[in-house]
Amino acid sequence: MQRAKIKPAELAMRLLLLVCALTAIAFVLLITAYLIAAGLPAIREVGLASFLLGRTWDSTNASNPQFGILPLVLTSVYGAAGAIVLGVPVGFFTALFLAKAAPRPLAAAIRPVVGLLAGIPSVVYGLVGMCVLVPALRSWLDLPAGDGLLASIIVLAVMILPSVISLSEAALASVPREYEEASLALGATEAETWLRVSAPAAKSGIAAAVVLGVGRAVGESMAILMVAGNVPNMPGLLRSVRFLTTGIAIEMNYAAPGSLQRKALFSIGLVLFLFILLINILLHLAVRRGREA
Amino acid sequence: MARNARPALRRQLYSAAVRLLVWLSASVCCCLLAVLIGYICWRGLPGLSWELLTSEESLLQGTAGLLPSLLNTLCVVAVSLAAALPLGVGAAIYLTEYARSRRLTAAVEFASEVLSGIPSILYALVGVIVFCSALGLQKTLLAGSLTLAIMTLPTILRTTQESLRTVPRSYREGALSLGSGRWRMIATVVLPSCVDGIVTGCILAAGRVVGESAVLMYTAGLSTAMQDFSTIQGIMRASGSTLAVALYVYAKERADFAAAFAAATVLLALSALINLAARLAGRRLGRRQRRKKHPAALTRRQGGPHG
Repeated sequence: MQRAKIKPAELAMRLLLLVCALTAIAFVLLITAYLIAAGLPAIREVGLASFLLGRTWDSTNASNPQFGILPLVLTSVYGAAGAIVLGVPVGFFTALFLAKAAPRPLAAAIRPVVGLLAGIPSVVYGLVGMCVLVPALRSWLDLPAGDGLLASIIVLAVMILPSVISLSEAALASVPREYEEASLALGATEAETWLRVSAPAAKSGIAAAVVLGVGRAVGESMAILMVAGNVPNMPGLLRSVRFLTTGIAIEMNYAAPGSLQRKALFSIGLVLFLFILLINILLHLAVRRGREA
Repeated sequence: MARNARPALRRQLYSAAVRLLVWLSASVCCCLLAVLIGYICWRGLPGLSWELLTSEESLLQGTAGLLPSLLNTLCVVAVSLAAALPLGVGAAIYLTEYARSRRLTAAVEFASEVLSGIPSILYALVGVIVFCSALGLQKTLLAGSLTLAIMTLPTILRTTQESLRTVPRSYREGALSLGSGRWRMIATVVLPSCVDGIVTGCILAAGRVVGESAVLMYTAGLSTAMQDFSTIQGIMRASGSTLAVALYVYAKERADFAAAFAAATVLLALSALINLAARLAGRRLGRRQRRKKHPAALTRRQGGPHG
């Protein structure tokens, strides 16, 4: 009995592939390390409390610059919440349409629409928002300027639609047919079955869709950079606002290397990263619970 | 009896309302897409011409030109795919063919999930610190492409992994029993039969790169002038805006909406094309996945009169 020897070339390939697999982990560690290393100095300089809870962001003031990101944090939270409130119902009902209500050929014809919406680059959404939505809001609501939180929320709601739809549809489609048949046999109407049987059975998948939508909304930068107005006010529905993402984006190309302003931008990045990590962990939990159920 | 067979009026109303909402939401989505595409084409198509696509912007004549942006886009897609493809495919092969430790697999999959959840503005920050300053690449297309390679890695990893899982075990066993080594088995049997998955991954990744703007704005520069792609050094040092970034520059910084909408039309056409290509490549993959899930049905059909 002789065990076949592993050839050196085979071993080398195996190691090479292992390295490839480990790069994904290495990238995550690298990103985390760099964001922490670049984000901490400004927080230390400004002070954690006055950085997170400061109500004014005035980074270019020569005599007395202020680095409080509370307005940015709140704007991101309100923006994501608004996008969810507007986008998730439409997305959920569209998913119901695709998975249950529509005749098959119609669903097959409409599914590519979702794919196309997902494929449109965010600058294009921003451009249309800037040229259609903002002037429309300005004239309908009789405002001096149409850009602000409301316009951003509408753009974000449209942008999270595709991911909400495709995830919820997958969850709804994987509900066992027997559940629905049992409900129909007991005399429930089709609509009652969708909302009281299918939707609760697909709960965790839909939760994952919502969490993913939150992640998209919090992380989006270019589209809302074009419609939010970008003044770091405390958030108000019709005010010009600045998000965490746009807070970085708007000053990044102008901040001098090594300045406190630039360091503070990296600190905003760190805060945003922590937000996204939290959302990711929630998503991971939702998906895993769905798999176990 | 017959009266009781119909649900009460309130329940009928409820059902009708739900049905109405469902149809309404679906039509809202369709209308959104139609309005978006219609509006962009309405404003962009008149300004679109062969000349615009094949010429450089000229300040003297006051004409716009998208050729440099198109070339930059092409360059960024090529370089970032060239960097991400071997890594992503290699990682997927290791995870499905070699890895025995479930913990390692779970860790890599979680890492790739995290990578795909990180917003592009954070990739921009990392790109600025790592590639532009620490590695000394400055603001170049190369730095932007490498940053995007990290961003697209999860897409390629996931689709390759999915497609590797559809390769029947019997293929592998056949190759191994003929005395082939594991890598030889992978290179000659497994990889050729999952090319469609890898291609799908590449197309999806290319789609993300074409539409990406935040990362490239800060790592690859904003110039709309022609870059030198004729020599290696020129490519290494080229710095400029891709189509998506150029759109932003035209719209927000120069308020040149004719050029912006022309760029948007091209961008829209590109992303629709990429979407279509991914759908076609993905369809082949999907067919094999279904076959893998229901092998019994297949053997029954192939079994002929004896089955």
